[in-house]
Amino acid sequence: MTTTRSQLPFGRRPLTAHMRWRYGWSAVGVIGSGFCAGLAASLLLLILGYVAIQGVAALNPAFLTHVPRPVGVPGAGVANGIVGTFIVVGIAVALATPVGVFTGIYLALFGRGRFAETVRFLADVLSGIPSIAIGLFAYTLFVQPFRHFSALSASLAFAILMLPLIIRTAEESIARVPTRVREGALALGISTYSSTIHIIVPAARAGIITGLLLAIARVTGETAPLLFTAFGSQFWELNPTNPMAVLALQVFTYAISPYEDWHRQAWAGAFLLIVAVLILNVSARLVLRNRFEA
Amino acid sequence: MTVGARREPGFMVTALLVADKLTAYYGLHPAIADVSLGFFAKSVTAIIGPSGCGKSTLLRCLNRIHETVPGAWVQGRVLLDGGDTYSPDVSAASVRRRIGMVFQRANPFPTMSILDDVTSGLRYAGRARTHAEKLESAERVLQLAALWDEVKDKLEMPGMSLSGGQQQRLCIARALAIDPDVLLMDEPTSALDPLATAKIEDLIGVLSNDYTIAMVSHNMQQAARVSNYTAFMLAGADRIGRLVEFGETNQMFTRPQERQTEDYITGRFG
Amino acid sequence: MQSESHEQLHLRRSRISDRWFMAGVYGATGLFVAIVAGLFVELYAGSSSSIHAFGFKFLTSSHWNPVTNQFGALPMIYGTVVSSLIAIVLAGFVGVFGAAYLVEFAPRAVARPLAFLIELLAAVPSVIFGLWGLFILAPVLRAYVEPFLQAKFGFLPIFQGFIFGSSLFTAGIVLAIMIVPTVSAITRDVIAAVAREHREASMALGATRWETMARVILPGATTGIFGACVLALGRALGETIATTMVIGNKPAIAASLFQPAYTLASVIANEFTEATSDLYVSALIELGLLLFVVSLAVNGIARVLTWTVLRPAKAR
Repeated sequence: MTTTRSQLPFGRRPLTAHMRWRYGWSAVGVIGSGFCAGLAASLLLLILGYVAIQGVAALNPAFLTHVPRPVGVPGAGVANGIVGTFIVVGIAVALATPVGVFTGIYLALFGRGRFAETVRFLADVLSGIPSIAIGLFAYTLFVQPFRHFSALSASLAFAILMLPLIIRTAEESIARVPTRVREGALALGISTYSSTIHIIVPAARAGIITGLLLAIARVTGETAPLLFTAFGSQFWELNPTNPMAVLALQVFTYAISPYEDWHRQAWAGAFLLIVAVLILNVSARLVLRNRFEA
Repeated sequence: MTVGARREPGFMVTALLVADKLTAYYGLHPAIADVSLGFFAKSVTAIIGPSGCGKSTLLRCLNRIHETVPGAWVQGRVLLDGGDTYSPDVSAASVRRRIGMVFQRANPFPTMSILDDVTSGLRYAGRARTHAEKLESAERVLQLAALWDEVKDKLEMPGMSLSGGQQQRLCIARALAIDPDVLLMDEPTSALDPLATAKIEDLIGVLSNDYTIAMVSHNMQQAARVSNYTAFMLAGADRIGRLVEFGETNQMFTRPQERQTEDYITGRFG
Repeated sequence: MQSESHEQLHLRRSRISDRWFMAGVYGATGLFVAIVAGLFVELYAGSSSSIHAFGFKFLTSSHWNPVTNQFGALPMIYGTVVSSLIAIVLAGFVGVFGAAYLVEFAPRAVARPLAFLIELLAAVPSVIFGLWGLFILAPVLRAYVEPFLQAKFGFLPIFQGFIFGSSLFTAGIVLAIMIVPTVSAITRDVIAAVAREHREASMALGATRWETMARVILPGATTGIFGACVLALGRALGETIATTMVIGNKPAIAASLFQPAYTLASVIANEFTEATSDLYVSALIELGLLLFVVSLAVNGIARVLTWTVLRPAKAR
């Protein structure tokens, strides 16, 4: 038995039963885990597919240009919610970007010891705090005292939701700029301010923009905190101190309503939302990829 | 250690740049202790020693770049033309404008063109605002750094697009643009091939006619080739670097006074 | 002389701008820390009257009755915990083995698009998961999956009783889909880190690919995978909109998973703007405080677990 085996070339030797069993198990494991990966990935396609089919069917020009109308009245739209999304998210970006980028600068360049570790820890942990809890914070801080819902309070909640992502991506991309670049600038007698803002931050801008885009994508679809901050509105509203319609909130309201017509609008709104979020995510990746090619 | 006992007492007066009882810390641990050393005007001083002896740290204290590392600080004085660069009313930026520095690996600014890079020190000091002014000073220092002919047609290209040796000469040009008195070089050729190294060494020779140069080198042949004076540093078991010997290069390499120096230059350690 | 004074002037200016700049840097960092601290302080202050009125009974009583101003959060705690556990069991299984496949078994041409799709799944807004769960998934579960489970495993109390489309079960599955990307992404990093060290040693001993994964890599990655699951669990606990749309919103504790239930977050979402009395509002804010504290703890633990594995690889 042993002699016959060793006379055959290595690759042709028959497998023992035990080895066959082991390779069989290995194949089962590999295929089974491949099925898990395929399942997870196909879920996205499944959801995208449904939203696209139902959403496109319900889309029409009026939907993009008109404000909401009572149930059953034709020509209803979510134009005010689209504009509202831009306003609420825009103000949130304006609030969160300076705080986030400067905190990232602190962590990457100046922070050390226990305090910096604490800030990093808080940023990580804050990213896991439920958005509804942050919405409640915005409510107690900005709505309750004035007894008045406002787009501004929604922007505050969104800004807080964006901060962890902006901070950590800014920190990581700034820390990746080699120390010798920073020292090269300081060695020329260039001030800390100029060397950071004009030399280091531009070198890290791809990472910072990526983080910002992902943060925008995250809050664009966010709904929970809007319930008691922006609150929603049936009308054109451009004043951020008033309640305002926001697309994600409209989708939610329409979806849980009992009306067929509103369900269709919910799918159409969901389609707009998912297209926006996917574009933001994909462009965030492209920004990063271009940097590596440069 | 009885370092410095044999040094001429007058060096503090005649040297342009003087380290006086300099101790540099990272956190609580000193990297170098009690280093006193003078750099003479329009000469090249090489600082040599095994890795970890604190030679780079010493250099980085001279233009106050050491203190930009979080947790790093310095005791002692550094005198430039007799004035203490660490005195509270002197800003680090003003010191660094008189003491330029070139680093181990070339560090052109990632987003800048060659022209912007070489004039960056001037521009952020509020000088060379117009394109003509930028061109004028760029040409002057790029000529000095023997790089002009290679880049004059591509001044708008990014500095990162140059070869390693060209990048390093760009960084030398950039340091010269702000018109310093002293040029610090921290192993400027350690990342370069022999040909590029030779060009830089030639350049150091030329520049020493006008500038005071302090250069850290891990390569004793290089130190012997380009320097007028040599300082030898060594870290003890406590990992604290100290100055062992300082003298004219010829003398150091032929008749070292200290046993440790002799061991090092004859290759008997580490 | 002229240039000297120009130099002096410029140095003074840049010293001033440096001072402002550093003030901005420290100010922003301080503001960020203050916001996180403020979150806790505000939520605690907002829930103080509820805390005074109910004390610990808030957590142990199952009476949630706004009309009589009686507020006990037990049904919501139950609904939150159970729906999240269903989610993490399903997502943990799919996510971990899916990650194992992507890192170790899949050819590059397959791994990259699959990983990309799974990452994008994390970007889908929760309101869209809710919409899809409500109109597409729930009817399918009610018509096919839940009757099947009842027929086969009906002896188990968790599969008994009337079948509702909006239920703990549906919520658990929707949550599972939402947190699969979290499990998968972190597990991939962890497996890659462990595999780098041990794969070749194991293969060199003659182990098959699956044996290497099951006996060497996964055991070595246990801590990190556990961390990934805890982090994903944290996401599931706090998820609001999708859960609200599919869980049925009924403050009751039932043994069957096919019954409607409620979660902490969805009570807040549904009732906050309708809350009339101050005590009602305060009770809802206390639910938010509870969510905040729990997710703080969960995320803190997850971070410690994943960092012990990933930190050496990412050390700068």
